[in-house]
Amino acid sequence: MGIHQRSKSLASRHSDLSDTFFQLNVLNGAEQKDNRFPTFADKLPEGRLLPTQVDIFQVNVGKLCNQTCAHCHVDAGPDRKVENMSRSTFEQCLEVLAATDIQTVDITGGAPEMNPHFRWFVEECRRLGKHVMNRCNLTIIVANPKYHDLPAFFAENNVEIVSSLPHYSALRTDSQRGDGVFEDSIKALRLLNSVGYAQENSHLKLNLVYNPSGAFLPGNQEALEAEFKRQLLRKHGVLFNNLYAITNMPISRFLDYLIESDNYHDYMQSLVDAFNPGAVQGLMCRNTLSVSWDGYLYDCDFNQMLDLKIEVPREQQHISGFNQLAFEQRQIVLNQHCYGCTAGAGSSCGGKTA
Amino acid sequence: MSKKHYFDPEDLKKFGNIGEWQKPMADKFFDWYSEVFKEGALTEREKALIALGVAHALQCPYCIDAYSSGCLEKGADEEQMMEAVQVAAAIRAGTTLVYSTQMMNHVKNMSL
Repeated sequence: MGIHQRSKSLASRHSDLSDTFFQLNVLNGAEQKDNRFPTFADKLPEGRLLPTQVDIFQVNVGKLCNQTCAHCHVDAGPDRKVENMSRSTFEQCLEVLAATDIQTVDITGGAPEMNPHFRWFVEECRRLGKHVMNRCNLTIIVANPKYHDLPAFFAENNVEIVSSLPHYSALRTDSQRGDGVFEDSIKALRLLNSVGYAQENSHLKLNLVYNPSGAFLPGNQEALEAEFKRQLLRKHGVLFNNLYAITNMPISRFLDYLIESDNYHDYMQSLVDAFNPGAVQGLMCRNTLSVSWDGYLYDCDFNQMLDLKIEVPREQQHISGFNQLAFEQRQIVLNQHCYGCTAGAGSSCGGKTA
Repeated sequence: MSKKHYFDPEDLKKFGNIGEWQKPMADKFFDWYSEVFKEGALTEREKALIALGVAHALQCPYCIDAYSSGCLEKGADEEQMMEAVQVAAAIRAGTTLVYSTQMMNHVKNMSL
């Protein structure tokens, strides 16, 4: 069975929220005065956040995806064919990777595998001795015969896989990611397990991402991981390594859902109320360089989707002008969505931060 | 104060205010309450499911809202939550039906 999407991209719907300026207005209460919340920057010492050294080179290779998940912060989907990284931009990324000691390349999308240069880029990164992580939506593996050998390709290149599976129940997974996604995801997980992923004593890592299927915050990461492991093994014979609990960001399609379902105010209030100063130090924006499909640089994938470029001289805002010293001395661009990463135990691409 | 209905969902957010008129007792209650729901022999998810079932048995709308959210946050799914409510319903029904043994005893005692 294939997957059937319940959502469409904001772009294809010509929604006001497809305009990042409009999104920022909503987040800052300009659209509705009842929805003004304390400024995020005011929660931080001296109102600013500084980076550490860059450890992770995160590349968003494009918005093209075989899924149209209801919560997607990228507004990705099958219709997003224009925004895909070109070979020349990939080459510029490789030049930076070759010239720096950044050890980890974190590839995301969209469905990164749909970019025609994906496999070549992975192999080049490995040739440079980098650790490669790929944020795979799982269903792409079974979506088309040309992707069926992805598990073997990932294994050959020792790619660490990070995959969204919002729940061990089909109902909760499909409500977020589309009808049939759970079933296809389980098939893909079994294929990954069959080539060695998450098997005992295997070096091949398969991590899952949990994010809530609705307007609530994630619970305890360790407790969720234990329950996911128990249920996925019991019901489906599936193994994985770690579960990362990630909070849904109030941007893009999840913001649309919050507004349409009249949950926006209460959700933002819950993020603000759950602000945890202890979650700030481990925020991913502090050690990550985020590159967009067209080569621009951001503090994180969320700032990228809000088009909040890094605060460095204009010519250094693109990968072609990357300056590591300037990058590591910048101030991170903050806005109200940052509450999403500091609520409760914190949230990053690697799960909790506190 | 001009509300014409009971059980305003906004009142749930004021639960912490019960200490306004009796703080020492409220503090003791909230300390104990938070201790009860910490992971122990039972997981936080299991405790939230028990709370959801009890909330239905007691028919407390505040608790139903609070523990529906709580169960989702702890990773429970719809099937588990409905089973918790079915358990509560079964116990409620059972407590009615088990009284029928008294009725049966009484009827037998006064019958030929």
